[in-house]
Amino acid sequence: MFEPIRLIGEAALRALARLGQATLFIVQVIAGIPPLLRRFSLVITQLYEVGVLSIAIIAVSALAVGMVLGLQMFYTLRDFGSEQILGQVVALSLVRELGPVLTGLLFAGRAGSALTAEIGLMKATEQLSSMEMMAVDPIKRVVAPRFLAGILSMPLLAAMFSAVGIIGGYLVGVGMLGVDSGAFWSLMQANVDFYDDILNGMIKSLVFGIIITWIAVFEGYDAKPTAEGVSRATMRTVVHSAFAVLAFDFILTALMFGGS
Amino acid sequence: MSSNVLLTIKGLHFSYGRRAIADGIDIEVERGKITTIMGPSGTGKTTLLRMIGGQVAPHRGDIVFDGESIPALGKAQLLETRKSMGLLFQASALFTGLSVYDNVAFPIREHTKLSERMVRHLVLSKLEAVGLRGAAELMPAELSGGMARRVALARAVALDPRLMMYDEPFVGQDPITMGVITRLIKLLNDSLGLTSIIVSHDVHEVMAISDYVYLISAGKVIASGTPQQLQQSDSPWAQQFLRAEPDGPVSFQYPALDYKKDLFGLAKS
Ligand SMILES: Nc1ncnc2c1ncn2[C@@H]1O[C@H](COP(=O)(O)OP(=O)(O)OP(=O)(O)O)[C@@H](O)[C@H]1O
Ligand SMILES: [Mg+2]
Repeated sequence: MFEPIRLIGEAALRALARLGQATLFIVQVIAGIPPLLRRFSLVITQLYEVGVLSIAIIAVSALAVGMVLGLQMFYTLRDFGSEQILGQVVALSLVRELGPVLTGLLFAGRAGSALTAEIGLMKATEQLSSMEMMAVDPIKRVVAPRFLAGILSMPLLAAMFSAVGIIGGYLVGVGMLGVDSGAFWSLMQANVDFYDDILNGMIKSLVFGIIITWIAVFEGYDAKPTAEGVSRATMRTVVHSAFAVLAFDFILTALMFGGS
Repeated sequence: MSSNVLLTIKGLHFSYGRRAIADGIDIEVERGKITTIMGPSGTGKTTLLRMIGGQVAPHRGDIVFDGESIPALGKAQLLETRKSMGLLFQASALFTGLSVYDNVAFPIREHTKLSERMVRHLVLSKLEAVGLRGAAELMPAELSGGMARRVALARAVALDPRLMMYDEPFVGQDPITMGVITRLIKLLNDSLGLTSIIVSHDVHEVMAISDYVYLISAGKVIASGTPQQLQQSDSPWAQQFLRAEPDGPVSFQYPALDYKKDLFGLAKS
């Protein structure tokens, strides 16, 4: 009868212990960031791997999402005779919610999984161990540049997602469905606030970037050094990042947009 | 530090769970000599090298390298001390994302501020020493296992360490490469003034170049001496190992339950 309660307690303790490990780990990683400023080429390489290589999937998804959004919103707004505000509606949905959240989910799948797999494989093939024996700290040399690159990439990718998504909405709304182009842009300009909307969206994407990259590098570094261990760690990165993004989105939305 | 001993292992104890890996091991490694540690597969030779490198902490006992107790070092001191150690891993552990050239250049670039011209000079000379200067531009995935081992060797000696450790350097090598590596270890040891520790079970190769040999089994040193002393010793352990006999005091089996009981599941519950 007490068995289920005991199991829940045990799982909670294990989760807490893991959170503690992950926190200790990230403190070490963060300590490794300042020295990187003197060797920024390490970060640039990772910005390419983590950020630039994610651009294609982000752009294509953003265009598709923007087009569908334009289409759906148009039909709804037309019923109220207010299709001119299409630009504003599309922009607000993208900048506040869809941009950061969908970029986060895509980023976890594209960049997060790759980070975990790469670091996990380096561990499994003793590359990290041999680095240690060469008196080089793998947390500073391998993990820190990847972590920083992930954090820097996410807001930029999310901004790009929103921009491309708006273009998608424009193509459908103005190009196909005949919304007035002037109204599309001017209403958007008038009603999207830099601080309330754009900046808050950027903060969200920055928070998501930190969480996803943190999960990804920790899972990779902590992976069992076997093929199975690395594949499990990669899976966990994607699943945990997705849940974390959705949960934090709810919290941040409530904090940022709840008061107004 | 006038003492002739570079590395001393005293009363070393270590175990994974209840499985004792080191159960009171004493080893001394003399400067400039090649010391070999032999033992059956799974006795903990790799673990022993990791303890010398400070990656695994012993449960009891001490490891003194050049007057410093490895287990007592802090993280920063340990990194500093490791600069004077080289370890050739059992699985070469090359960085798969870097070319052969960049792999060998890695420790040099990390620890020195030499110009790229000097780095190039050093890297090519190390690669030349292992006969792979021509392979500098290849990626690790394009190398055979034997070539990868030699590149890893060039990388391990890139910073001219004082102590060089080889974990099973001959495994998976053809007889010619084996001979090449054997001579290479001897050559590096003598020409660079290194001290070497070899972990291996290739009796013939290592007996030819070793100055001193330790046989370990079940966490204990069971015999030691110069190769000549061991060849002539009447210890049954030594004889079984050196003649590669399957049966004798050293068991080939991982400790297990009685086979018959295991088969019929009687051991359960
Ligand atoms: N991380 C670990 N956790 C638990 N047990 C381990 C771990 N690593 C190694 N072992 C056990 O320790 C023993 C010694 O391992 P080690 O790799 O040191 O052996 P070895 O002497 O190098 O063997 P080989 O000659 O086959 O390379 C093995 O029996 C192995 O089962
Ligand atoms: Mg081994």
